Amino acid sequence: MAIDVRIPTILRSYTGGAKAVAGAGDNLAELLTNLDGTYPGLRGRLITPEGGLHRFVNIYVNDEDVRFLGSLDAKISDGDTVTILPAVAGGAFGLAAAAAVLGR
Amino acid sequence: MLTIHREIIEAIVAHARRDHPDEACGVVAGPVGSDAPQRHIPMENAERSTTFYRFDSTEQLRVWREMDDLDEEPVVIYHSHTATEPYPSRTDISYAGEPNAHYLLVSTRDERTAEIRSFRIVDGQVSEEPVQLVGESMDAMRSYEESGDPHAVQSFMFGQSPAAVDYECQR
Repeated sequence: MAIDVRIPTILRSYTGGAKAVAGAGDNLAELLTNLDGTYPGLRGRLITPEGGLHRFVNIYVNDEDVRFLGSLDAKISDGDTVTILPAVAGGAFGLAAAAAVLGR
Repeated sequence: MLTIHREIIEAIVAHARRDHPDEACGVVAGPVGSDAPQRHIPMENAERSTTFYRFDSTEQLRVWREMDDLDEEPVVIYHSHTATEPYPSRTDISYAGEPNAHYLLVSTRDERTAEIRSFRIVDGQVSEEPVQLVGESMDAMRSYEESGDPHAVQSFMFGQSPAAVDYECQR
Protein backbone atom coordinates (compact mmCIF):
# COMPACT_ATOMS: atom_id res chain seq x y z
CA MET A 1 0.00 0.00 0.00
CA ALA A 2 1.06 3.56 -0.62
CA ILE A 3 -0.35 7.05 -0.60
CA ASP A 4 -2.05 8.13 -3.80
CA VAL A 5 -1.03 11.70 -4.67
CA ARG A 6 -3.00 13.73 -7.26
CA ILE A 7 -0.88 16.25 -9.14
CA PRO A 8 -2.38 19.42 -10.71
CA THR A 9 -1.70 20.33 -14.37
CA ILE A 10 0.74 23.10 -13.45
CA LEU A 11 3.03 20.71 -11.51
CA ARG A 12 2.97 17.76 -13.92
CA SER A 13 6.22 18.95 -15.49
CA TYR A 14 7.84 17.56 -12.32
CA THR A 15 6.17 14.15 -12.60
CA GLY A 16 6.81 13.49 -16.29
CA GLY A 17 3.21 14.40 -17.06
CA ALA A 18 1.73 11.95 -14.53
CA LYS A 19 -1.61 12.97 -13.04
CA ALA A 20 -1.26 10.67 -10.02
CA VAL A 21 1.87 9.33 -8.32
CA ALA A 22 2.54 7.12 -5.29
CA GLY A 23 4.37 8.31 -2.18
CA ALA A 24 5.11 7.30 1.40
CA GLY A 25 5.28 8.95 4.83
CA ASP A 26 3.47 9.23 8.15
CA ASN A 27 2.70 12.91 7.79
CA LEU A 28 2.58 15.51 5.03
CA ALA A 29 6.14 16.77 5.62
CA GLU A 30 7.51 13.22 5.24
CA LEU A 31 5.41 12.57 2.17
CA LEU A 32 6.67 15.73 0.44
CA THR A 33 10.29 14.85 1.25
CA ASN A 34 9.69 11.33 -0.07
CA LEU A 35 8.12 12.70 -3.29
CA ASP A 36 10.96 15.17 -3.80
CA GLY A 37 13.39 12.22 -3.89
CA THR A 38 11.54 10.82 -6.90
CA TYR A 39 10.43 14.14 -8.44
CA PRO A 40 13.11 16.72 -7.60
CA GLY A 41 11.82 20.28 -7.33
CA LEU A 42 8.23 19.37 -6.51
CA ARG A 43 8.58 20.09 -2.80
CA GLY A 44 9.98 23.55 -3.51
CA ARG A 45 6.76 24.49 -5.28
CA LEU A 46 4.67 23.57 -2.24
CA ILE A 47 6.80 24.75 0.69
CA THR A 48 8.16 28.25 1.23
CA PRO A 49 11.87 28.85 1.97
CA GLU A 50 10.76 29.44 5.60
CA GLY A 51 9.33 25.93 5.70
CA GLY A 52 5.59 26.68 5.67
CA LEU A 53 2.92 25.56 3.26
CA HIS A 54 2.81 27.88 0.24
CA ARG A 55 -0.29 30.08 0.05
CA PHE A 56 -0.61 29.44 -3.70
CA VAL A 57 -1.53 25.79 -3.17
CA ASN A 58 -4.20 23.79 -1.38
CA ILE A 59 -3.33 20.30 -0.18
CA TYR A 60 -5.99 17.88 1.00
CA VAL A 61 -5.82 14.56 2.83
CA ASN A 62 -8.85 12.71 1.51
CA ASP A 63 -11.62 15.35 1.80
CA GLU A 64 -9.98 17.70 4.28
CA ASP A 65 -7.80 20.78 3.67
CA VAL A 66 -4.53 20.15 5.55
CA ARG A 67 -4.73 23.67 6.98
CA PHE A 68 -7.41 22.20 9.26
CA LEU A 69 -5.29 19.11 10.04
CA GLY A 70 -2.09 20.66 11.36
CA SER A 71 -0.65 21.64 7.95
CA LEU A 72 2.68 19.83 7.41
CA ASP A 73 2.08 17.74 10.55
CA ALA A 74 -1.16 16.31 9.08
CA LYS A 75 -1.18 12.55 9.66
CA ILE A 76 -1.32 10.31 6.61
CA SER A 77 -1.87 6.55 6.37
CA ASP A 78 -1.41 4.04 3.57
CA GLY A 79 -4.45 4.08 1.35
CA ASP A 80 -5.11 7.80 1.84
CA THR A 81 -5.44 10.11 -1.13
CA VAL A 82 -3.55 13.40 -1.07
CA THR A 83 -4.77 15.99 -3.58
CA ILE A 84 -2.78 19.07 -4.56
CA LEU A 85 -4.66 21.95 -6.24
CA PRO A 86 -3.59 25.47 -7.17
CA ALA A 87 -5.35 27.92 -4.84
CA VAL A 88 -7.64 30.11 -6.93
CA ALA A 89 -7.47 33.63 -5.59
CA GLY A 90 -6.68 37.19 -6.56
CA GLY A 91 -8.62 40.38 -6.93
CA ALA A 92 -8.27 44.07 -7.42
CA PHE A 93 -6.22 44.67 -4.28
CA GLY A 94 -2.99 44.94 -6.28
CA LEU A 95 -4.62 47.45 -8.62
CA ALA A 96 -6.22 49.45 -5.81
CA ALA A 97 -2.89 49.63 -3.96
CA ALA A 98 -1.08 50.73 -7.12
CA ALA A 99 -3.72 53.39 -7.79
CA ALA A 100 -3.39 54.68 -4.21
CA VAL A 101 0.38 54.93 -4.56
CA LEU A 102 0.03 56.78 -7.87
CA GLY A 103 -2.57 59.08 -6.29
CA ARG A 104 -5.29 58.23 -8.80
CA MET B 1 -9.25 33.80 -28.46
CA LEU B 2 -12.00 32.86 -26.05
CA THR B 3 -15.15 31.60 -27.75
CA ILE B 4 -18.05 31.47 -25.32
CA HIS B 5 -21.83 31.26 -25.41
CA ARG B 6 -23.73 34.49 -24.81
CA GLU B 7 -25.88 32.89 -22.16
CA ILE B 8 -22.81 32.01 -20.09
CA ILE B 9 -21.46 35.57 -20.30
CA GLU B 10 -24.87 36.86 -19.22
CA ALA B 11 -24.91 34.45 -16.27
CA ILE B 12 -21.38 35.51 -15.24
CA VAL B 13 -22.29 39.21 -15.41
CA ALA B 14 -25.51 38.53 -13.46
CA HIS B 15 -23.44 36.77 -10.78
CA ALA B 16 -21.00 39.70 -10.63
CA ARG B 17 -23.89 42.20 -10.37
CA ARG B 18 -25.54 40.15 -7.62
CA ASP B 19 -22.41 40.08 -5.45
CA HIS B 20 -21.39 43.70 -6.13
CA PRO B 21 -19.67 45.48 -4.32
CA ASP B 22 -17.94 42.25 -3.26
CA GLU B 23 -15.91 40.43 -5.88
CA ALA B 24 -17.61 37.42 -7.46
CA CYS B 25 -15.75 34.39 -8.79
CA GLY B 26 -16.35 31.10 -10.53
CA VAL B 27 -15.47 28.61 -13.21
CA VAL B 28 -16.78 27.50 -16.59
CA ALA B 29 -15.93 23.85 -17.15
CA GLY B 30 -15.57 22.12 -20.50
CA PRO B 31 -14.33 18.80 -21.87
CA VAL B 32 -10.57 18.30 -21.45
CA GLY B 33 -8.67 19.65 -24.46
CA SER B 34 -11.80 21.09 -26.12
CA ASP B 35 -11.21 24.73 -25.12
CA ALA B 36 -15.04 24.94 -25.06
CA PRO B 37 -16.53 26.47 -21.90
CA GLN B 38 -19.91 24.79 -21.32
CA ARG B 39 -20.85 24.40 -17.66
CA HIS B 40 -21.04 27.56 -15.55
CA ILE B 41 -20.21 27.02 -11.87
CA PRO B 42 -20.56 30.13 -9.68
CA MET B 43 -18.25 29.78 -6.65
CA GLU B 44 -18.35 31.23 -3.16
CA ASN B 45 -15.90 34.07 -2.54
CA ALA B 46 -14.55 32.85 0.81
CA GLU B 47 -13.08 36.32 1.46
CA ARG B 48 -16.36 38.23 0.89
CA SER B 49 -14.23 41.23 0.05
CA THR B 50 -14.47 44.20 -2.30
CA THR B 51 -10.82 43.83 -3.33
CA PHE B 52 -9.94 40.15 -2.95
CA TYR B 53 -11.37 36.77 -3.79
CA ARG B 54 -10.47 33.22 -2.90
CA PHE B 55 -12.29 30.02 -3.76
CA ASP B 56 -13.42 28.20 -0.63
CA SER B 57 -10.93 25.32 -0.52
CA THR B 58 -13.49 22.65 0.35
CA GLU B 59 -15.89 23.76 -2.40
CA GLN B 60 -12.97 23.89 -4.83
CA LEU B 61 -11.99 20.29 -4.07
CA ARG B 62 -15.57 19.14 -4.67
CA VAL B 63 -15.85 21.07 -7.95
CA TRP B 64 -12.41 19.99 -9.23
CA ARG B 65 -13.21 16.33 -8.46
CA GLU B 66 -16.55 16.64 -10.22
CA MET B 67 -14.77 18.03 -13.30
CA ASP B 68 -12.26 15.18 -13.11
CA ASP B 69 -15.08 12.60 -12.98
CA LEU B 70 -16.72 14.21 -16.03
CA ASP B 71 -13.42 14.49 -17.97
CA GLU B 72 -13.67 18.26 -17.75
CA GLU B 73 -11.21 20.99 -16.90
CA PRO B 74 -11.57 24.65 -15.88
CA VAL B 75 -11.70 26.31 -19.32
CA VAL B 76 -12.58 29.72 -17.85
CA ILE B 77 -11.76 31.07 -14.39
CA TYR B 78 -13.53 34.38 -13.80
CA HIS B 79 -13.78 37.04 -11.17
CA SER B 80 -15.01 40.59 -10.93
CA HIS B 81 -13.31 43.85 -10.08
CA THR B 82 -15.92 46.13 -8.60
CA ALA B 83 -14.24 49.54 -8.64
CA THR B 84 -11.35 49.19 -11.07
CA GLU B 85 -10.63 48.12 -14.62
CA PRO B 86 -10.93 44.47 -15.63
CA TYR B 87 -7.17 43.91 -15.92
CA PRO B 88 -5.21 41.29 -13.93
CA SER B 89 -3.68 42.71 -10.75
CA ARG B 90 -0.32 41.60 -9.44
CA THR B 91 -2.23 39.36 -7.03
CA ASP B 92 -4.17 37.79 -9.90
CA ILE B 93 -0.95 37.06 -11.78
CA SER B 94 0.86 35.55 -8.80
CA TYR B 95 -2.03 33.17 -8.13
CA ALA B 96 -2.76 32.14 -11.73
CA GLY B 97 -2.19 28.38 -11.46
CA GLU B 98 -4.18 26.91 -14.33
CA PRO B 99 -2.04 27.29 -17.46
CA ASN B 100 -4.83 26.05 -19.76
CA ALA B 101 -7.48 28.44 -18.45
CA HIS B 102 -8.80 31.68 -19.88
CA TYR B 103 -8.80 34.24 -17.07
CA LEU B 104 -11.94 36.29 -17.58
CA LEU B 105 -12.36 39.56 -15.73
CA VAL B 106 -15.58 41.52 -15.41
CA SER B 107 -15.70 45.05 -14.07
CA THR B 108 -18.96 46.16 -12.46
CA ARG B 109 -17.70 49.68 -11.71
CA ASP B 110 -20.27 51.06 -14.16
CA GLU B 111 -23.91 50.27 -13.36
CA ARG B 112 -25.05 49.97 -16.94
CA THR B 113 -22.08 48.70 -18.88
CA ALA B 114 -20.19 45.61 -17.80
CA GLU B 115 -16.59 45.57 -19.07
CA ILE B 116 -15.34 42.13 -19.98
CA ARG B 117 -11.78 41.12 -20.87
CA SER B 118 -10.03 37.78 -21.22
CA PHE B 119 -6.40 36.88 -20.58
CA ARG B 120 -3.96 34.02 -20.67
CA ILE B 121 -1.61 34.02 -17.70
CA VAL B 122 1.31 31.61 -18.04
CA ASP B 123 4.50 31.81 -15.95
CA GLY B 124 3.63 35.33 -14.85
CA GLN B 125 3.18 36.55 -18.44
CA VAL B 126 -0.16 38.16 -19.24
CA SER B 127 -1.54 38.27 -22.77
CA GLU B 128 -4.95 39.66 -23.63
CA GLU B 129 -7.11 37.83 -26.16
CA PRO B 130 -10.34 38.66 -28.01
CA VAL B 131 -13.69 37.34 -26.79
CA GLN B 132 -16.05 35.90 -29.39
CA LEU B 133 -19.68 35.37 -28.46
CA VAL B 134 -21.75 32.60 -29.99
CA GLY B 135 -25.42 31.70 -29.69
CA GLU B 136 -28.52 33.63 -28.85
CA SER B 137 -29.10 36.08 -26.07
CA MET B 138 -31.83 34.63 -23.90
CA ASP B 139 -31.90 37.61 -21.56
CA ALA B 140 -32.36 40.03 -24.40
CA MET B 141 -35.15 37.97 -25.91
CA ARG B 142 -36.95 37.56 -22.61
CA SER B 143 -36.52 41.18 -21.75
CA TYR B 144 -37.72 42.24 -25.21
CA GLU B 145 -40.79 40.03 -24.93
CA GLU B 146 -41.66 41.35 -21.50
CA SER B 147 -41.06 45.04 -22.02
CA GLY B 148 -41.05 45.50 -25.77
CA ASP B 149 -37.85 47.47 -25.29
CA PRO B 150 -34.85 45.92 -27.05
CA HIS B 151 -32.51 48.08 -24.94
CA ALA B 152 -33.95 47.02 -21.59
CA VAL B 153 -30.90 44.92 -20.77
CA GLN B 154 -27.58 46.43 -19.88
CA SER B 155 -24.85 46.69 -22.45
CA PHE B 156 -21.52 44.90 -22.41
CA MET B 157 -18.16 46.19 -23.50
CA PHE B 158 -15.52 43.71 -24.57
CA GLY B 159 -11.80 44.19 -24.54
CA GLN B 160 -10.55 47.67 -25.15
CA SER B 161 -13.16 48.39 -27.78
CA PRO B 162 -14.35 51.99 -27.34
CA ALA B 163 -17.84 51.13 -28.57
CA ALA B 164 -20.34 49.61 -26.16
CA VAL B 165 -22.17 46.65 -27.67
CA ASP B 166 -25.91 46.81 -27.10
CA TYR B 167 -27.60 43.50 -26.62
CA GLU B 168 -30.46 42.97 -28.99
CA CYS B 169 -32.62 40.06 -29.97
CA GLN B 170 -30.85 37.92 -32.58
CA ARG B 171 -32.93 37.35 -35.68
